Amino acid sequence: MKMAASSERSPPPFPESEEQELEPDLEDEDSDEGADIFTGGMLSDVVMDPPLPTSASEPAKDIFSDAPADSFNDPLNKTSAEPEKTESTGLSKAQVVSLVDKAADDEDLFSDPLGESAAAPVTDTKSAPLLDLGEEPPKSDVTEKTASAAVKEDVSAEVHKASQNDVVSKPQKDIFEEPLKGTVKEPATDVFSEPTGGAAAVNKPARADLFGDDDEEDLFKEPLGAVTKKPQVPLFTEEPNDIFTEAKAGSKAPSDLFTEETFTAPSAAAAAKPSVNTGSKTNGLHSDEEDLFAEATVELSLDSPHNDKRKREAAKPSVPASTLSSSASTSKPQPKTLEELEEEENEDKFDLNISVTNPEKVGDGMNAYMAYKVSTQTTLSMFRSKQFVVRRRFSDFLGLYEKLSEKHAQNGYIVPPPPEKSILGMTKVKVGKEDPSSAEFVERRRAALERYLQRVVCHPSLLQDPDVREFLEKEELPRAVGTQALSGAGFLKMINKATDAVSKMTIKMNESDVWFEEKLQEVESEDQQLRKLHAMVDSLVIHRKELSMNTAMFAKSVAMLGSSEDNTALSRALSQLAEVEDRIEQLHQDQASNDFFIFAELLADYIRLLGAVRACFDQRMKAWQRWQDAQNMLQKKRETEAKLLWANKPDKLQQAKDEIVEWEAKVSQYERDFERVSATVRKEVIRYEKEKTRDFKKQIIRYLESLLQSQQQLIKYWEAFLPEAKAIA
Amino acid sequence: MRSVSVDLNNDSSLLIDIPDALCERDKVKFTVHTKTTLNSFQKPEFSVPRQHEDFIWLHDTLVETEEYAGLIIPPAPPKPDFEGPREKMHKLGEGESTMTKEEYAKMKQELEAEYLAVFKKTVQVHEIFLQRLSSHPVFSKDRNFQIFLEYDQDLSVRRKNAKEFFGGFFKNMVKSADEVLISGIKDVDEFFEQEKTFLLDYFSKIKDATAKAEKMTRSHKNVADDYIHISATVILHTGVPRKVEGRVASDQELKLTELLRYYMRDIQAAKDLLYRRARALADYENSNKALDKARLKSKDIPQAEENQRQCLQKFDKLSESGKQELTSFKGRRVVAFRKNLIEMAELEIKHAKVRIKSAVCSEHNLFTHN
Repeated sequence: MKMAASSERSPPPFPESEEQELEPDLEDEDSDEGADIFTGGMLSDVVMDPPLPTSASEPAKDIFSDAPADSFNDPLNKTSAEPEKTESTGLSKAQVVSLVDKAADDEDLFSDPLGESAAAPVTDTKSAPLLDLGEEPPKSDVTEKTASAAVKEDVSAEVHKASQNDVVSKPQKDIFEEPLKGTVKEPATDVFSEPTGGAAAVNKPARADLFGDDDEEDLFKEPLGAVTKKPQVPLFTEEPNDIFTEAKAGSKAPSDLFTEETFTAPSAAAAAKPSVNTGSKTNGLHSDEEDLFAEATVELSLDSPHNDKRKREAAKPSVPASTLSSSASTSKPQPKTLEELEEEENEDKFDLNISVTNPEKVGDGMNAYMAYKVSTQTTLSMFRSKQFVVRRRFSDFLGLYEKLSEKHAQNGYIVPPPPEKSILGMTKVKVGKEDPSSAEFVERRRAALERYLQRVVCHPSLLQDPDVREFLEKEELPRAVGTQALSGAGFLKMINKATDAVSKMTIKMNESDVWFEEKLQEVESEDQQLRKLHAMVDSLVIHRKELSMNTAMFAKSVAMLGSSEDNTALSRALSQLAEVEDRIEQLHQDQASNDFFIFAELLADYIRLLGAVRACFDQRMKAWQRWQDAQNMLQKKRETEAKLLWANKPDKLQQAKDEIVEWEAKVSQYERDFERVSATVRKEVIRYEKEKTRDFKKQIIRYLESLLQSQQQLIKYWEAFLPEAKAIA
Repeated sequence: MRSVSVDLNNDSSLLIDIPDALCERDKVKFTVHTKTTLNSFQKPEFSVPRQHEDFIWLHDTLVETEEYAGLIIPPAPPKPDFEGPREKMHKLGEGESTMTKEEYAKMKQELEAEYLAVFKKTVQVHEIFLQRLSSHPVFSKDRNFQIFLEYDQDLSVRRKNAKEFFGGFFKNMVKSADEVLISGIKDVDEFFEQEKTFLLDYFSKIKDATAKAEKMTRSHKNVADDYIHISATVILHTGVPRKVEGRVASDQELKLTELLRYYMRDIQAAKDLLYRRARALADYENSNKALDKARLKSKDIPQAEENQRQCLQKFDKLSESGKQELTSFKGRRVVAFRKNLIEMAELEIKHAKVRIKSAVCSEHNLFTHN
């Protein structure tokens, strides 16, 4: 290190420090894109969208030029609907918007030579819901004002529909007739599976009304969707139905669907008693869509998933498992999650408030355990009361996790992991020493458990799990077993994990989806970084504790120095300094615990969570593997069939054929499974990312605030000391 | 920051500073610049290159000069020690692969800043040593000092060889043993007796405080280093501009360390003063003892008497100048403490404010960023 330096008179140039600070900033923004992909994507999509509706509106406008041209222009230009407008215009507008959207969507689907490339429809379908989303806010203005009149509106909507129907149906025909000539039936059904989705959404809010949650503003966003989507249902039912039945024989499923819609939608609109069954029936018709909407629907009707399952079995055959439909369904979760996330953020505010408090030692000796008070405050109707308290021990928390992960992990959900067992920490507590380290341990665990529970209930589908409800509500829980770190069950689990790890290594998945590949890489590198960061924060905590200790020692010796100083003023100043240092020591200590509780624990949480994220990627891989295995098996069976055919053995041929059919079913089943898991994983990862950003932001702000406070305190101390120092004569 | 440890009466007749220094491998070359109105110098202004060893030589010759026994000889500046940052730099180079580019750059920058601070400090203590000599009425007229300032060639002072080194070591041992011995003897003069107990006490306290302060600053530095690492990683991870935080924290630590060390330097000087005082006492005691011995043996009485007379004279002189010196030391110490404490408090406040600003800034960034 050769360094020519000079004294302060000619300090070596070191000015880069300022500039260097700026440079990374730019990079930061770039790197951030990963996290913000979603919002970014949404924005660009929305921005890209306008050309679609406008182009689609051209023909429509021509036809409509006489009467409702105004109401057409408005939504297209995306001017938010003014509240002063009458209900009916607001409504027709909404109606028209959705119609135009639909038309745009349809046209695209058709004009594009029918999804020869599956990618094109994917983007199209994606854009449609996004557009809906983008337009929702302005509309909500209308309905929020007229919220209480929602039901009335529906009724008037029907009236309105009647008048509009004749007009609207014409362009419908125009749009449809032409492209339909050259189309295969699959895309058509796909297009209509979309409206079904919309219809499913219609059912949901209708039921929401029924459940009497109408005092919640957020829910009115939904009725909104209902209003926008409903009108289009009757439209489609009357005219297109004819077209389709004429055009093709295979369009039965959609037509069935729509006729059913006509029944449910108006009934829901009329705010009569829409039976849960009809609702779930329509849902069940399209299994792929159902999964996506189940998420939202279950919140309101808990038993419908079971219904759906049964219905799904029945419905499946009618839905052709075309590549297009599958790709459409996989692409869909993306916009849907966006919507859901928005909902969710709103929900969080009123949802559920869980706290874990009062850790208490129960029992003595090695059989002692800590019990925590789990109190819940909620406005959700799924719980029996608004406020309840239960006592749970640590292994109950672990038990909950076991149950949840057993049920949900295989479907690709990220099940939040609880804090690890700590034999050392617990033993200390058990032995009963009331030293600060064991108190810290208990507090740390309490906080971790609280965060864990909050994460669980934040998850829209985990919240629905009966085990979660039981955990929160039920007075007595059966003793959780198999949570012992080294029990027999634990050992088995370890073996399972080991085999998993081995199979993970052996499975070479040629990833077809770039998104997953990138995300997995992201997750891995994130994991590494978080670990690194965690180690650093840990050392920061240790060092700060050291610092606090050293400061205390320094304070003591300064006090001593002060006592032996013979200049009185200086002596006083020194003892003042000692006091200041003493306080600073306390400050450092507090800061150290802040470092730990705010920062280190957050990181620890996320390291654990990342494990769960990785697990859900693994689940997807497993599903893929199952599918591939089934495909291989099918291949083999076909080969045997060919051989048998060649060998002319008719007796075994039938059996082989049966087997082929069986495996074909399995292959398609597994494929669907895989796609479902993929969709869930994608959704979950996006959810996780969003949550992570929010969490980190919140915690870092908290941390910064704590830093701020301690610094302010520091200033106060030193400022108080300053006159003392100046008083030394 | 200049002349932190001593408040020098700025006599314009002899002004010394070190405007520049060059670091070569193991050696540090200081450029000693002098401006004077004294006619004992050939030129009114000149500068010479000096090494640390030259300073030590100057200090040693002053100590060995008998006439100065009654004076507090300013402590010799400590040997320049760049091992700390150098080693860290080395470690950093080794660990380059494990760090991100940004982190590495940051660490390097930080280390360079630290190195610079150490370097500056080194220059400063040397400068202060000379300034104290120049401001002292007796030392400023010392021949060796003037040679040191004026001789424009390399002084090429002989470095201590091993024997001398051990000799010095042995001498030190004897001295400290002697110190223990004489510490029990009661002083005839109450002023000195008081001073002695006070200084002994004070010395132990201040030594303790120095050690503790150093420990504290070290751990402060550790915290700062952690901040650098964390901020680098945090930036990478979330893109949250927390680096400002880390940067300021470490910057602050650096300043604090510097200041505290300085303040400890001053204490060190006080400690050395005590040393001088103790030595003076020892000398005095020794002369007394010698006289007693001579009287006891009733041999060479005239010689012993002569010796005793000399010793007494010397002691009186020493006591007188010592008294003077100690009183001035006391005043100087108080002034220095005051100055340092005020500066420290102000710096602390300033840095805390900067940190608050940066925290607010990063918080604001967070709000707008994510």
